[in-house]
Amino acid sequence: MQRYATFRHGVHPAEHKEATEGLPIERMRFVDEYILPLAQHIGAPSKCLVKVGQRVERGQMIAAAGGFISTSLHAPVTGTVSAIEMRPHPNGKLAESIILKTDRFDSQSSFKPVYEGADGSLPKKDAVHLVQSAGIVGLGGAAFPSHVKLSVPEGKTVRFLVLNGCECEPYLTCDHRVMLEHPRKVMRGLELIMDHLGAERAYIGVEVNKMDAIDALRAACTRGDIEVIPLTVKYPQGAEKALIDSVLKMAVPTGKLPLDIEIVVNNVGTAAAITDLVETGSPLIERVVTLTGPGIRRPANVMVPLGTPLRDVIEHCGGLTSDTRQLILGGPMMGMAQKSLDVPMTKGASGVLALTEPANNRAEDPCIRCGRCLEACPMFLNPSRIHFLVRAERAEQAKASHVMDCYECASCSFVCPSNIPLAQLMKIGKAMVRQL
Amino acid sequence: MSTAHRLDISTAPFLHQGRNTSRVMLEVLMALVPVIISAVYFFGVSALMLIAVTVLACVLTEASLAKDGINFGVLKDNSALLTGVLLGLTLPPATPLWVAALGGIIAMVLGKAIWGGLGQNMFNPALVGRAFLQAAFPSLMTTWTLPESFLDVAPSTFAVPLMSAQADVVTAATPLALSKFEGKVTEVGPLFFGNTAGSLGETAGVIILLCGLYLIYRKIFDWRLMVSTLLSVAIFAAILHQVDPKAYPGPEFMLLSGGLMFGAVYMVTDPVTTPITSKGAWIFGAGVGVLVVLIRLWGGLPEGVMFSILLMNSVTPLINRYTQPRPFGSKATPK
Repeated sequence: MQRYATFRHGVHPAEHKEATEGLPIERMRFVDEYILPLAQHIGAPSKCLVKVGQRVERGQMIAAAGGFISTSLHAPVTGTVSAIEMRPHPNGKLAESIILKTDRFDSQSSFKPVYEGADGSLPKKDAVHLVQSAGIVGLGGAAFPSHVKLSVPEGKTVRFLVLNGCECEPYLTCDHRVMLEHPRKVMRGLELIMDHLGAERAYIGVEVNKMDAIDALRAACTRGDIEVIPLTVKYPQGAEKALIDSVLKMAVPTGKLPLDIEIVVNNVGTAAAITDLVETGSPLIERVVTLTGPGIRRPANVMVPLGTPLRDVIEHCGGLTSDTRQLILGGPMMGMAQKSLDVPMTKGASGVLALTEPANNRAEDPCIRCGRCLEACPMFLNPSRIHFLVRAERAEQAKASHVMDCYECASCSFVCPSNIPLAQLMKIGKAMVRQL
Repeated sequence: MSTAHRLDISTAPFLHQGRNTSRVMLEVLMALVPVIISAVYFFGVSALMLIAVTVLACVLTEASLAKDGINFGVLKDNSALLTGVLLGLTLPPATPLWVAALGGIIAMVLGKAIWGGLGQNMFNPALVGRAFLQAAFPSLMTTWTLPESFLDVAPSTFAVPLMSAQADVVTAATPLALSKFEGKVTEVGPLFFGNTAGSLGETAGVIILLCGLYLIYRKIFDWRLMVSTLLSVAIFAAILHQVDPKAYPGPEFMLLSGGLMFGAVYMVTDPVTTPITSKGAWIFGAGVGVLVVLIRLWGGLPEGVMFSILLMNSVTPLINRYTQPRPFGSKATPK
């Protein structure tokens, strides 16, 4: 058996990708109403640029970046601003959102370019500003503004660019389909980012359960300084630090960013979005979402206009089975359970997962110190010890036990035979430490 | 979409490996079945009775010590059942049933309940029960019999509680006692296949070893604990054997005699009372191995597995403290 590059520790959840990995990305019809929260990325919320009653064109900027670590927001359809109000957000809170009423008589076939005179390349100057004004964020799930990763601070350099095509979350296949259907876009986006950053070499890490995508990317690769790296199927292969370990055998120092060791990581979907930007001038107004799980009647990979209510995407996929018990936005390892179908699809929404049997409704047993969480943790932490400390509200000691190094992949909870919500307690521990 | 769905809210992850604590305990119990069968094969019906009595004692004690009064629901994690079986398998075949029951009660009360129950105890509960019996009934715990037939039961088995229970039977010496006191080293064959004197579950080395491999294969127990224990005994014994082959028996005898194999597979591996870190597991096993050899060769007793494990249990928190993992990417991670 061939051995592929990988990182140490991690877990092997069942992949569950068979329902959608073979399905081409499809489009859905435009719906009547779109909900666009001003905060759908990491960083400061966008600033609203429109007024109630104002007519907006598809692709028009409706909210501007609220700072450097922030990005802009664009109308997914031509229509009218019907309200600017608090609406349910996928994060469980209410968030200020721009509500668009779709113009029924518009074909929605054209859009207002954000990059006038797009010529297929990133401008030498203003590339950072351009990407910010196109609203592009990391499409892997965290939705970190992409332009920030394109701006290298004074005195820093970038040697390696790593493109993340792991898609290690079970069930999700949206990145797989993008790589398979648009390998040229992914490769072109990679070249653009690479050349902008002045990186020596670039790598695309893809788990070997997507061999067809690896082949497609290799076929699209025309440069010797870019390499597609097949990686072992293991969760969380796509976590930035794990991916860097797998591909480059380098460790990001604790508390530091990849940039500190001259590395930048981007998602494959983000690269494709940048290609779209420079070739058509299109801002980020739609993304691919995988709708799957036993509760979705017709699983699919759908190109969803941002702001589409969850209810409408699910309806596009034939609705939910009556025994659906849990609805998750994102993947099953790091996603968020939803209580309402009224939340919109945001830039970070990679998947919609409908489960008929909640996995973690079992009662919790005491920790038997079996050490499975230590063997699972890709950061080599001791979740067992930290969970005792967090429950005892000993924030100082939790900090000394490196709780802040946890990136919440939830491998610990996944393996815990006592069903202790370790990942949740780690998150609480991080919040406690931040308040110290 | 007209149907209103009752959606559950919980936190990620929404997948689970599927193996829970009671399942882990059950798999250990399954891996004990061959050992129980070998015990019954070699020691007859009294083995069966002893195991039944220790299990019953442990289970009833655990249920009656539940927070909310007597509650049989607390048994669902299978841990009391496991302690009962383990304790039963460490007893000599002629142990009076009431003594075995007392051992079970002590195991659950002093070994587990007073510490706060599952996951909180410092010492291996089955070995706490066994150690108590060793202290309270030293002669009974060192009286070894070999029954003549399956239904042959030693008279002491049905001894009345608190009456002098002398084992009025034909006794045999264990391989370790033969070696220590008479200088006779038992052949590897009988040690391997189990027809020697000893406690119920400890005699058939090959069966225990196979069960241990199964437990490692199924990832039930940390292999490091088993391997480090056996390896440290083997290395230490081999060195001594090289120095003076007449005075010190070879590593194969040390590994297969007494309770070492049983202890290494089923006792050293108890997650609760052994280090949680992998480095700690190596230290723990090495410590047990060294202590076993020291006690066997220079201690007053022929066997030292039980005390070695209990002694190492007591330093488990210390080992954990000094072997905490370093986060990936911290300065000490050479990469």
